[in-house]
Amino acid sequence: MAFNYDKYLRLEKMPTLWCWGCGDGVILKAFVRAIDKLGINRDDVCVVSGIGCSGRFSSYVDFNTVHTTHGRTVAFATGIKLVHPDKYVICVAGDGDALAIGGNHTIHGCRRNIDITMIIINNFIYGLTNSQTSPTTPKGMWTVSQKAGNIDPTFDTCNLAIAAGASFVARESMLDPKKLEKVFVKALEHRGFACLDILSNCHINLGRKNKMASAMENLEWIDSITTPKKKYDAMTPQERINLLPTGILKEDTEADEYCDMYAEIIKVHQGQRKTISQDDFAKKI
Amino acid sequence: MATREVISTGNELSALAARDAGCKFFGGYPITPSSEVMHEMSDLMPEVGGTCIQMEDEIAGVAAAIGAGMAGVRTMTATSGPGISLKAENLGLAQMTEVPLVVVNVMRGGPSTGLPTRVSQGDVAQAKNPSHGDYKSITLCAGSLAECYTETVRAFNLADRFMQPVFVLLDETIGHMHGKAMLPTEEEVTNGIVPRKFFDGAPEDYRPYACEHDQPAVLNPMFKGYRYHFTGLHHDAKGFPTEEIETCRKLIQRLEDKVELHKDEIESNEEFFVDDAEILIIAYGSVSLAAKEAIRHLRAAGIKAGLFRPITLWPSPQDRMRELGAKIPKILVVELNIGQYRDEVQRSTGRLDIEGLFKVNGRPISPYEIVNKVKEL
Repeated sequence: MAFNYDKYLRLEKMPTLWCWGCGDGVILKAFVRAIDKLGINRDDVCVVSGIGCSGRFSSYVDFNTVHTTHGRTVAFATGIKLVHPDKYVICVAGDGDALAIGGNHTIHGCRRNIDITMIIINNFIYGLTNSQTSPTTPKGMWTVSQKAGNIDPTFDTCNLAIAAGASFVARESMLDPKKLEKVFVKALEHRGFACLDILSNCHINLGRKNKMASAMENLEWIDSITTPKKKYDAMTPQERINLLPTGILKEDTEADEYCDMYAEIIKVHQGQRKTISQDDFAKKI
Repeated sequence: MATREVISTGNELSALAARDAGCKFFGGYPITPSSEVMHEMSDLMPEVGGTCIQMEDEIAGVAAAIGAGMAGVRTMTATSGPGISLKAENLGLAQMTEVPLVVVNVMRGGPSTGLPTRVSQGDVAQAKNPSHGDYKSITLCAGSLAECYTETVRAFNLADRFMQPVFVLLDETIGHMHGKAMLPTEEEVTNGIVPRKFFDGAPEDYRPYACEHDQPAVLNPMFKGYRYHFTGLHHDAKGFPTEEIETCRKLIQRLEDKVELHKDEIESNEEFFVDDAEILIIAYGSVSLAAKEAIRHLRAAGIKAGLFRPITLWPSPQDRMRELGAKIPKILVVELNIGQYRDEVQRSTGRLDIEGLFKVNGRPISPYEIVNKVKEL
């Protein structure tokens, strides 16, 4: 029987504002299926989004939802999570949202390893505001703010998250919704900061000026720049150029989670344990 | 009123007040001269099972605090002028989504980095409109050590009553002042807590933003079965984005009117030798302490001076200022900026002959400077 999404959607908000063929809907559906698969109560979920096309994600799903300011999802989510460490707090942000204006919060969310699942919908462009360069726009592509071709180097979202200390880092694309669902399940089950680089298409505002004006052409391009981690690991550095590995790139279940550590701070202040010292940590610096 | 005697500083007293008022979350970032508020909160919050977190920047500090407010607890941030400049956008989000929050601003010299360790009252105009768009600021200003405590407590109750950020302005002098303060007992503060309203009907009947034209939103805590939506966009009764003309107009008008039409619940002033005054000094914050001292000297010299001290700066006590302006011949505004509140006194009294004694070099105004200025008038 086909999956029934109705329970998780705010049906009165349909249809979405997203363009025909946009990948955001595929990602939303995979996310909903993951929540369902885990049997999570809708009341125990909070979805926090920022500004951009991805910002509308929160208004379509029937959870506790927050549409915040541009780039600040992780900061708001941190406050929500610390008040309710036992609830599921999910950030949904775009590449501009999470990596440009909100880059600092993304880095520090990773560093704290607070139990937030961050879904970065990476369509390589500022879609909502009509085709400006984002931190993931490939070099040489046309953007409305760099009509001669983009010269700005790109962020590798996953490498950034790994370096910053996120304990779960993965990349998938909306080309394979089943894989997407699986990685969402894994990320939601993980206790710690899960940073997900989810590649998606924007054939309207990235594609039209870059020779991939249909959703399919845009997706074929995404397919051409991604390869499973296993294959990627076996490649030479030369072969890896212009390729992004997909799959789970880091999974550390031992890393200290921030809310758990804050619970220890509370114990110190309530006289239930001694102060926290360097001896309490395997990794000190 | 039962009281307790405490020896402390203004900054520490505002933190103590937050704890006693039931605050459970503090999000902040280090900045002089307000950092001690966070230092205190880092001890006080975990003691009561709450959280104090030093975030990566000022923006994140207020964002985390607002997030906690959305989640449903009493929440606070503290900073100084440059921090308010950074927090401004998210303060606008809190106004728009109607999330209660207390913001302590310990004022230092500005603009820009200014004079970090020295006193100013240069953020008074900023407190009125820190973010873009229309809304009505509630700004309280402590004029003594005890008021650093009592006004912070009041700010929490007002934030929950009006469902919006409430500023508590301290200045460097009063924030770092160390001395004795007579405070209400913890029990009295606890008994005086008026928590925000909650809707306890069926979730399908819940309309967080469907309120009377002069009333704030009713925001239930998260994770309790009322799955609603917060957005900084113009929104409808359920909190969802809309561009419907009347809904948009009513929303913004309500943000104004929920405060404007209930100013009497917020207004608070002190009058000192005002009844027979022939010259009225208007001062607030630490400057009012110098003004009181000056008035004692002036009275001893036979000059009938009095003090009007607004404790609630915004919305301003314009009706009372108009009454006083109609009967007192000379008015002098003394403040540590170049007339930010004198503008409001001019507007309220409808008089352009309001004198000013201003200082913007990071130093306090002494009683003698005020005495000399009054004698010149």
